[in-house]
Amino acid sequence: MAGSTKTNITPPRWLLAELTYACPLQCPYCSNPIDYANYQSELDTEDWKRILSQARKMGAVQLGFSGGEPLTRKDLTELVKHARELGYYSNLITSGYGLTEEKIIQLKEAGLDHIQVSIQASTQELNDHIAGTASFEHKKQVAHLVKKHGYPMVLCVVIHRENIHQMPEILAMAEELGADYLELANTQYYGWAHANRDLLLPTSEQFKQAEVIAQAYKEKVAGKMKIYYVVPDFYEDRPKACMNGWGTTFLTIAPDGVALPCHSARELPGLDCPNVKDYSIEEIWHESKAFNFFRGLEWMKEPCRSCDEKEKDFGGCRCQAYLLTGDMYNADPVCSKSPDHAVIQQAIDSAKASAALSAVEKPLIFRNSKNSRLMAKP
Amino acid sequence: MIINPNQHIKFSSTHRLQWEEAQQKHVILYPEGMVELNQSSAEILKLCDGTRTLAEIISELEQKFATPGLTNDITAFLEVALQNGWINQN
Ligand code: SF4
Ligand code: SF4
Repeated sequence: MAGSTKTNITPPRWLLAELTYACPLQCPYCSNPIDYANYQSELDTEDWKRILSQARKMGAVQLGFSGGEPLTRKDLTELVKHARELGYYSNLITSGYGLTEEKIIQLKEAGLDHIQVSIQASTQELNDHIAGTASFEHKKQVAHLVKKHGYPMVLCVVIHRENIHQMPEILAMAEELGADYLELANTQYYGWAHANRDLLLPTSEQFKQAEVIAQAYKEKVAGKMKIYYVVPDFYEDRPKACMNGWGTTFLTIAPDGVALPCHSARELPGLDCPNVKDYSIEEIWHESKAFNFFRGLEWMKEPCRSCDEKEKDFGGCRCQAYLLTGDMYNADPVCSKSPDHAVIQQAIDSAKASAALSAVEKPLIFRNSKNSRLMAKP
Repeated sequence: MIINPNQHIKFSSTHRLQWEEAQQKHVILYPEGMVELNQSSAEILKLCDGTRTLAEIISELEQKFATPGLTNDITAFLEVALQNGWINQN
């Protein structure tokens, strides 16, 4: 296998199993790759079982079943059962679309630990618009059922310019639904969100106002509901320690079996991400070019190379550096020390300017196969 | 948060306590999160099975490790555990 073996490699702890790119919803901020429609093939049940076993043996313990919509996989219950036998803590990350009470019970019996349901907004109209599919009432019902059957209930709402004004109502809805955890995930601008950024990025005033409301609510519901607030890094000047360090903790397997050091890594050029059909997880984690690419600090350019914060943030996000500066070796431009830091302000200004345009002049691009094929690079 | 001395202490049904062979330690697992435990914390939590009160847990551990005077340490740890939702009392 290409690439060099480095020493001091820690084992994976988190495995994200993207079971499929199929999804009945069309969220315009979806983190799936823009050209997902080009990857039609899906691993079969035996492939997934082998991956789960191999990664567990190395030390992975948190497991996310995600996608696309993982419920579209007929073998989901079987995979959950296998994961439970191996001792994983399994998280189902779902839009809730198509989830019935019968299925919720069946998954519980198979050993599923937790279900995270995403809701797009606090009103039916906006939820159904953003999801591109009528789904609001059903999602609320699913949230009740998840709770009823004894799962810890995590509600996830992705926050962006179209719904950020609903912050008070979103918080109230989560409390009313009895969520144990509420994840307020400010949009991260990769994949489809990158393509729609002008229409999704809130202004700094909107963001600040929403954050104050969320933080105040956090105190109000302390001990009852935990609120995770994911900050949008466009309004930060310190970059995030992406993936807790490349190839240190996280392993993502895409629907077609490609192993990724981060779920957006497919967008980076020249990584030659390996496929689980050709190599074991052990080989991929230790020896592959992709997993060693940004492992450690040797790959860095200035200003990261001589920066005293490099062990803290590892130079920030590689995908963001690539998407915003065109060079994946650059410092994450979110960093105030980056010579490209101005691109962040440009993005903010550009988003502000588009706020004045009508939906006809600048429509949201929904995540579906037709748009994926149109937008995929030839 | 204060532990009620009269009620039994139970490990949360929405968390999982398990031994991790790869890490050679006990961990608490919950939605998308993990806490690594040292040996004494794990010993305390293993007794939180809904059949013992605080005093019973303390005396059992003092006997097991033949060490008196563990009250303060165990109580402090269980208060943190209660705060974090790892254990409950009803
Ligand atoms: S973000 Fe929306 S469209 Fe993308 S996979 Fe999730 S539910 Fe489906
Ligand atoms: S220059 Fe690089 S290493 Fe230093 S803080 Fe910025 S991103 Fe991190």
